[in-house]
Amino acid sequence: MVPITTFHYLIVAAALFVLGVIGVLTRRNVVIVLMSIELILNAVNLNLVAFSRMWGNLHGQVFSIFVTVDAAAEAAVGLGILIAFFRNKETINVDEIDLLKW
Amino acid sequence: MNPALDSGMAPVATPWFFYVLAGLAVASGVAVITRRNAVHAALALIVTLLSVAGLYLMLYAPFVAGVQIIVYAGGIMVLFLFVIMLVNIERSSKERRFNRIWPVGLAAACALMALFVSAIVKGKTVLADPMTGKALWPDIIGRLPESSNTQQIAGMLYGEAGRMGQYTFAFEIASLLLLVAILGAVIMTKKKI
Repeated sequence: MVPITTFHYLIVAAALFVLGVIGVLTRRNVVIVLMSIELILNAVNLNLVAFSRMWGNLHGQVFSIFVTVDAAAEAAVGLGILIAFFRNKETINVDEIDLLKW
Repeated sequence: MNPALDSGMAPVATPWFFYVLAGLAVASGVAVITRRNAVHAALALIVTLLSVAGLYLMLYAPFVAGVQIIVYAGGIMVLFLFVIMLVNIERSSKERRFNRIWPVGLAAACALMALFVSAIVKGKTVLADPMTGKALWPDIIGRLPESSNTQQIAGMLYGEAGRMGQYTFAFEIASLLLLVAILGAVIMTKKKI
């Protein structure tokens, strides 16, 4: 079997990233759109850690911790917005959230 | 030190582990974006996060793997499940799952994947530095210290021996960001401010 190199990890991360992009672009449920964003951030983290292994230093791992912090903040604020919106309009569908649409 | 590391292959990191974990991550990632029920999607996302934590372990990043399990699978996903139970999932589980322009989104994402794959494959062959003959991502794998991973990350984040670490300022900014996010979430969900 071929040994696992950075190349393999990059392919897996690209697949996860594209799955997240598909979820963001096509789903109507806001909760699942936020989960797809988490998928995207995880793909980025996987890339960072794989490159950290490739170069043999820890900067990528430290940066992936910062990305995790960002993901936590984004999830908290995004879900707060979602609850506030659901209280007003009784819907969590993206295509019905069009108050700012001209 | 383990001599098996020098050839690039670690003793436990057999290719089979990688393929199982990667397959599990991608398969449950597909489940996340196709399930009708949001709770099922959240459970599939937890499986993805745990598989990615396994991949981190294979990359000799035990601290990041632990953070992944504790913060993502333990914290963020509980938050998601709470919100799913707060909002009404009965209605959205009976409606269409995808919006009207989903073929456009799918085509754009497929084009993005083709771009990624071509760039990644090219980076394997194209030389980043013609002088040294190094590829953009070479097959050789650098050596990471296994036994002191957490200690070294702490040294970079908090500083060591009385000096500030390289990322101490960024770390403080990140804590400020979390504080702002907490306040934002609380204010957003309050009925009357």
